[in-house]
Amino acid sequence: MDKLLEVNGLTKQFSQGFVIGRVILTAVERISFFIKPAEIFTLAGESGCGKTTTAKVVLGFEEATSGEILHNGKPQTRKEKVWITQGVQAIFQDPFCTFNPLRTVDSYFYETVRNYRLANSKKEAMDWIDRKLRLVGLTHQEFAGKYPSEFSGGQLQRISIARALLTDPKLIIADEPVSMVDASLRMSIVNLFKQLKDELGVSILYITHDLATAYYVSDRIAIMFRGNIVEMGAVEQVLMKPRHPYSKLLRDSIPQADPKKRWTTSIRLSELEEEEYLRQGCKFAGRCPDVMDACKSVVPKDLYFEDALVKCHKYSGN
Amino acid sequence: MEEKKNPILRTDQLQTFYVLDMQGTQKIIKAVNDVNLNIYENEIYGIAGESGCGKTTLLKALFADIVPPLRLIGGKVYYRVNGKDEIEATALSAEEKRKLRLEFISNVPQGCMSVLNPVLKVKETYKDFIASHVREQSRREEIFDRAHKQILEFGLPKNVLDVYPHQLSGGMRQRVTVALAALMKPRIMIGDEPTTALDVVVQRGVIQMLKEIQKKLKNTIVIVSHDMGVQANIADRIGIMYAGKIVEESTAERIFDRPLHPYTQFLIHSLPKLGDKTIRGSVPGSPPSLADLPDGCPFHPRCPKVMEICRRQMPDFSYPDENHKVACWLMEEGKHGQAA
Repeated sequence: MDKLLEVNGLTKQFSQGFVIGRVILTAVERISFFIKPAEIFTLAGESGCGKTTTAKVVLGFEEATSGEILHNGKPQTRKEKVWITQGVQAIFQDPFCTFNPLRTVDSYFYETVRNYRLANSKKEAMDWIDRKLRLVGLTHQEFAGKYPSEFSGGQLQRISIARALLTDPKLIIADEPVSMVDASLRMSIVNLFKQLKDELGVSILYITHDLATAYYVSDRIAIMFRGNIVEMGAVEQVLMKPRHPYSKLLRDSIPQADPKKRWTTSIRLSELEEEEYLRQGCKFAGRCPDVMDACKSVVPKDLYFEDALVKCHKYSGN
Repeated sequence: MEEKKNPILRTDQLQTFYVLDMQGTQKIIKAVNDVNLNIYENEIYGIAGESGCGKTTLLKALFADIVPPLRLIGGKVYYRVNGKDEIEATALSAEEKRKLRLEFISNVPQGCMSVLNPVLKVKETYKDFIASHVREQSRREEIFDRAHKQILEFGLPKNVLDVYPHQLSGGMRQRVTVALAALMKPRIMIGDEPTTALDVVVQRGVIQMLKEIQKKLKNTIVIVSHDMGVQANIADRIGIMYAGKIVEESTAERIFDRPLHPYTQFLIHSLPKLGDKTIRGSVPGSPPSLADLPDGCPFHPRCPKVMEICRRQMPDFSYPDENHKVACWLMEEGKHGQAA
C-alpha cells in the first residue's frame, strides 16, 4: 500500500443552538486527501477553515459525520485505537498547555513508555528516552526532574516532538506547531521536521497558516477555505503558480521581509464568518475578484489538472 | 525631514526594571536597560525582537504606565505636546496622564478578544471612552457622530457599532479597537503586536488600516512586532531590541538591505521565503534571562563572531551612517560584513 493515511469524503458538522433556531455548521465538507510514507503534507488556511477539525477527526478525538479514514488501507475504528495511536502521534500548538505545569516533563515520557510497553526495565526506558531526546537535540540530563516552566517555548516544543517520537510513529500530526514559537526559533522546529522525514522516514501532516514555512518544509500542500480544499498539489505548483483566487490572495498576503516589496493593492475582508460558512455555491464568492454568476449558486466541482486539484468555476469552462 | 530636530517622543537613558521581593531576596529583571529613543512626528517606528526582550515593557514606559513591580530606575520619557516644549511624562500626575491618553497618545492593544467589554454593545464602549475625556454633553454627541463617519472611512461596516463584540470576527474586532484608539486623533499611537494573533489576510487588512490612519492624521505610530515581515511592510524606521537594549536602529530599507549587527542578520536571514528552499538556520541558543544577563554584550553567548572584548564590555553605538546606529564591537574593529 502506497498510502499511509487516506481520508475520503470526510465531513464534520457541528450544530449550534437548540431545537428552534438550530444552525448546522459544516466545519469540514467532503474533503479527500492522502499522505504517502516519508512525506510532509501541509494543510494550510486561515482560522476557521476546518484544518484543526480535520486533525481532530484523524486523531479520533472527534467522530466524523460521514466519510472514511484509512490507515495503511485499513479503516479507523474505535477498537483499534491503540494500534492507531502507536502509529500516529500528535504535536499541539501551545507547548505550555501540552504539559501539566505541576508535573515534571519526564514523567510524561515514562508514562508513555509504560503504556505502550516499550521497555522492560527502568534502565531500558531511560536509554530509550535518551535516544529519542537526542533526535531533537536534547539530552536526558537536561530535562530530568524539571517542570515545564523551566524550559523555553522552543525547548518545550522540541520535547513534545521527542515525546511523540517515543512510540516510533509513522505519522505525526502537527497542529500549528510553530505559531507560538518565536520567529527566530521557528526554523529550528521546521528543520527538525525535515530531518525526521529524511532520517527516520516519518510522515508529517503539517497544519499551519504560515505559508512561508509550509513552502520551505513540505512536499505537497492543500489550501483549505471554509471547510473545503480549494487547491491541492505539489507545493511549488500551488504556492508559486496558484490557480484558485483564494490561494492567490493568501499567498500575496504573506508579509515579505523586504521594504521594497510592500503591498500596493488593498483588499476586502469578510465581515461575518458565519455568513461565509452558510453561503450557497462557492464560499469565496463574496470576496472573490473574479466572481461569476455561477459561483453564487453552484458549488464548484473538483477539477483535476495533471499536477493539482482546483475547486473553482474559472477553470470548468474548458 | 525638517521635523527631525524635534522628536515628539524621546527617552533619555531609560531604565525600567521589575523589582520582585521574594522573601527577603530581591530579584531584579532588567527589562529596559539604557534605551535612548528619538521618535519623530509623521513616522512609523517599529520595534522588533524576540519574546522576552523587553519590548512590551518599553511600550509601557513610553506610555508612562509604570506601576509596581515595574519601577523607573533611571532616565526619563519626554513628550512634546502640541509641538511646544517637552514635558517629562514620567513625572506627570495620574490625572494629567489620563488627560493626555487617547487625545495625545493612545494604545492599540494586542488581545482584541479581551479588550472590548463582552456584555456591552460596541457603541457603549465608544461612549464610555468619549465620556471619560469630554465633559459637555453636546460635544460628546458631536464626537460620537464623528465616530460614525470615521468607521465608514476606515471601511468597517456601519452596523459595527450596534453589535456585541462576539458577533464580530477576530479581524473586525481588532480593526474596531484600532478605530477606537484613533478616535480622538491622537498624535502618537502605540501598538503592541497589533497583528500577531491574526491570520495573514486579516493581518494585511489591519496593517493597511494602520497605514491609512497614519497617512490621514499624519501622526506617529510606534509598533512592536516580532515579525520582521510585518515590520518591513509598515515601519519607516526600525529599532532592533535585544535583552532590554536597542542594538541596532535605522531606516527599514537599510535594516533589511544591510543589517550590521549579527543578531539583526540572524533575524532577517532566518525568515523562510516563498520560492526559496535553501536550508536556513535559526538563531542558535535562546535569549538570556533578563534577571541574569551575561557580562559584556548580552548577545555574546549566541554570537558566531564573538571576540574576547565582547565577553567583558558592552559596546557603544557606532554610526556607520547618519541614520544608522549599531552597538557591536565588530563595528569598532571595522570587521562588519554580511551574514555568513
